[in-house]
Amino acid sequence: MTGAASASDPAADALLAARLLLTSPGTLGGIRLRGAGPARETVIAAMRNAGVKMRRVPSHVDDERLLGGVDIAASLASGRAVYQTGILTEAARDEAILLIPMAERMSDALAGRLIQAMEDDACKLSWILLDDGIDPEEEPPASLLERTAFHCDLSQAEHADAAALPNTGAAMDTSQTAPLDREALTALANTAAALGIHGLRPLIFAQGAACAHAALHQRSNCTEEDLRVAVRLVLAPRATQIPQLEEDAPEPPPPAENSSPDQEPTDNSNPGERALEDVLVEAVQAAIPADLLAQLSGGKVRRQAQSSGAGQKRKSALRGKPLGTRPGLPRGGARLALIDSLRAAVPWQPLRRRELAGDTQTHQIIMRKEDLRVKRFEERMGRVTIFCVDASGSAAAARLAEAKGAVELMLAQVYVTRSEVALIAFRSEGAELLLPPTRSLTRARRALAELPGGGGTPLASGLNMARDLADMIAARGRTPSLVILTDGRGNIAADGSPGRKQAAEDAEAAAKAIHRAGHEALVIDIAARPGPHAPELATSMGARFLALPMADAKMLHAAVAAATSHTSQAAA
Amino acid sequence: MARFPFSAIVGQDEMKQALLIAAIEPAIGGVMVFGDRGTGKSTAARALASLLPPISAVEDCRYGCVAEERGTCPDPCSSKRIRKRPVPFVDLPLGATEDRVIGALDLEKALRAGEKSFEPGLLAKAHRGFLYIDEINLLEDHLVDLLLDVAASGENVVEREGLSVRHRAKFVLIGSGNPEEGELRPQLLDRFGLSVEVRTPTEIDQRVEIMRRCGEQERDPAAFAESWAKEEVKILRQVARGKTKLAKLETPDAIMQDAAELCLAVGADGLRGELTLMRAARAQAALAGAKTVRREHLIAVAPSALRHRLRRDVLDETGSTVRIARAIDELFG
Repeated sequence: MTGAASASDPAADALLAARLLLTSPGTLGGIRLRGAGPARETVIAAMRNAGVKMRRVPSHVDDERLLGGVDIAASLASGRAVYQTGILTEAARDEAILLIPMAERMSDALAGRLIQAMEDDACKLSWILLDDGIDPEEEPPASLLERTAFHCDLSQAEHADAAALPNTGAAMDTSQTAPLDREALTALANTAAALGIHGLRPLIFAQGAACAHAALHQRSNCTEEDLRVAVRLVLAPRATQIPQLEEDAPEPPPPAENSSPDQEPTDNSNPGERALEDVLVEAVQAAIPADLLAQLSGGKVRRQAQSSGAGQKRKSALRGKPLGTRPGLPRGGARLALIDSLRAAVPWQPLRRRELAGDTQTHQIIMRKEDLRVKRFEERMGRVTIFCVDASGSAAAARLAEAKGAVELMLAQVYVTRSEVALIAFRSEGAELLLPPTRSLTRARRALAELPGGGGTPLASGLNMARDLADMIAARGRTPSLVILTDGRGNIAADGSPGRKQAAEDAEAAAKAIHRAGHEALVIDIAARPGPHAPELATSMGARFLALPMADAKMLHAAVAAATSHTSQAAA
Repeated sequence: MARFPFSAIVGQDEMKQALLIAAIEPAIGGVMVFGDRGTGKSTAARALASLLPPISAVEDCRYGCVAEERGTCPDPCSSKRIRKRPVPFVDLPLGATEDRVIGALDLEKALRAGEKSFEPGLLAKAHRGFLYIDEINLLEDHLVDLLLDVAASGENVVEREGLSVRHRAKFVLIGSGNPEEGELRPQLLDRFGLSVEVRTPTEIDQRVEIMRRCGEQERDPAAFAESWAKEEVKILRQVARGKTKLAKLETPDAIMQDAAELCLAVGADGLRGELTLMRAARAQAALAGAKTVRREHLIAVAPSALRHRLRRDVLDETGSTVRIARAIDELFG
């Protein structure tokens, strides 16, 4: 199986990426395999068959196991300090690749440890992230993705049954391949600019991948094919814009502005380069994810997705209000409750001494594993306030500006209390998540400023999206609270078809679903002349209700603050 | 394996300047680096730490005591020998627990020997060196408070779990983060002496040069380090000279006047801005080898020293850097 023949097969690409990773250990980071399915199993099995050593790192791994340290249980049993080596050290020693399942749920802390170990030059680590995320928001920590050279999306891949690791004989040492010349480097840099890739790491990875591919084919100089593979495997999946060659290129996102001016002078000064670049850009066309266009028009840029998979349970052993102790080993950051551990051990001392017959002289306390107690803390869960704003024609005319103002003031307050905000707007045919949960004032402000108004009122879609988001937030161990600003007069049904009657039924169903899910909610009536609709909506939702016929943004803000301060205390 | 040389970092002059200032004037109180991922923030900090000449400390002392301090640390250290050790560089991982940072009860000793002893944490390890925190804006707030407090006081005081320990912890705090992913409280920002904004270079030539150097370094780190050795020595000399110059540098009253006026003009909160601005200007002058501080030094460091102290207006989009540049133009023409 050669690289050229399998250009469009994601599974083959993943295998090629794996081969490159093995060719130059420690410099390319790893591979991200997105999408659970048979294709991914095939890839992993092919690597296993080729004799690649792999070490599984479960997402709940604790620091002691990961980095090594004192093995408390064994130390107590044997009466002397027993040390264990960490998984990272073992993997580096055995030259094994770390296999990380459920990478999209990985905590930032674990990602931090891996990155630190990687940047510590002593051990050469590489990893495979098994990313089961489905939504664009569900992805491994950005800091780790940034340092992972190859991103392979296998979610659309067909089942490939006879895959094998491409192995064209023993690869040369990558240090024996000549470095890329200026022309090749410039072509890579220009290709990255055309794809809207601004970071530098992708470029460095692309260079490394090209050299590795050359070494794999025992070439001492990188050829066009090597560059093409590097661009396809490293740069294409990171594209944030379609290259300019494409006819119906979408509007480039704002940061891309500076890429085209840079491109031109280089092109003019060196016409021979253009050809190579075109080849690379063409190579990329096929490999660009199909949903990129959709993502771009939705205003989403993937790299901004916030990742925080750390659950509430794990954290609660670390900080917060003290809540007594429970039996357990002081691992994973849980703190030993020394006094309670001693107290648990004391009653057993005479018995244990008798057991250790002859050694009755000792004044040491004999501790066993089961005596150990760790502290428990009650932590207030992080709060995420979801603003769901009616931006339809009926609401927009009079109240949208005020609603925006209130949200902005709330943002400033949220910034002080360190909770997060998300913003959903609904208008014309459907609802749109304008801002995934974030703490960033800069982004929130931008999303608000860009909020358009007008069109019908798809109230049900807005409520459904708000509930989905709230469910997701709750599943991650944080507390969502909904603030819904609307006049309550939906006229677009959940399926996007107009009609007041169906719309009202759908909206009521959506509101009841929120009630069943048990999310905190607040409905703010922003109609110019308040009717019965918004209060009815609040009742179905089991939500608090505020009618603010003539309020300005400041009053609205005060009302929201008053209403939500009650709820946040309740959650403490 | 040799580190990436400090002088081989392409561009990012403001960050390099701020790091050098912090290296010769620790009283400046840390550097905050705002910027995108992959712009060489941690590379620069690591490179500077490994460039600086080794420090001498009591052999095996976990707290890095110098000879005169022998026996004053919690251990206490007793070795008569003095050994050279590289300038410490501690990379604080995201999700580090309080125990690991400030130190904790030594569990092993507590359980086995019933001895109450203190196991030093990362703060002790960073003493006399650098403490680098990537994505400081994502760090738990109470940890950030604690770190800044220790960085300012130069001492780590532990009062918990029946332990009462204090030890020296003087380090240059370097934080980095991307404001797009969450911000730092203004009170915390103010505690950082300098702040710099780094951007991914967009000129193709610069990007190509970065790729070229990184490629060379990966291929043969030793040879790459060798080819930059001369440049490294230059920086080392600059730092050494800067340190000696700084002590006897003159600061004319007119410059202090300038500093006060500038702070007033941009509306920097509090006195910390003026103090840092003066200190940074002095360090900048010392690095440049000048005898007295001049206005150009002040202007060179003003954005770094003041950028993060301007009062934020939620609704104002104008960047702080622009506001400072404008004020400099108006005041000093």
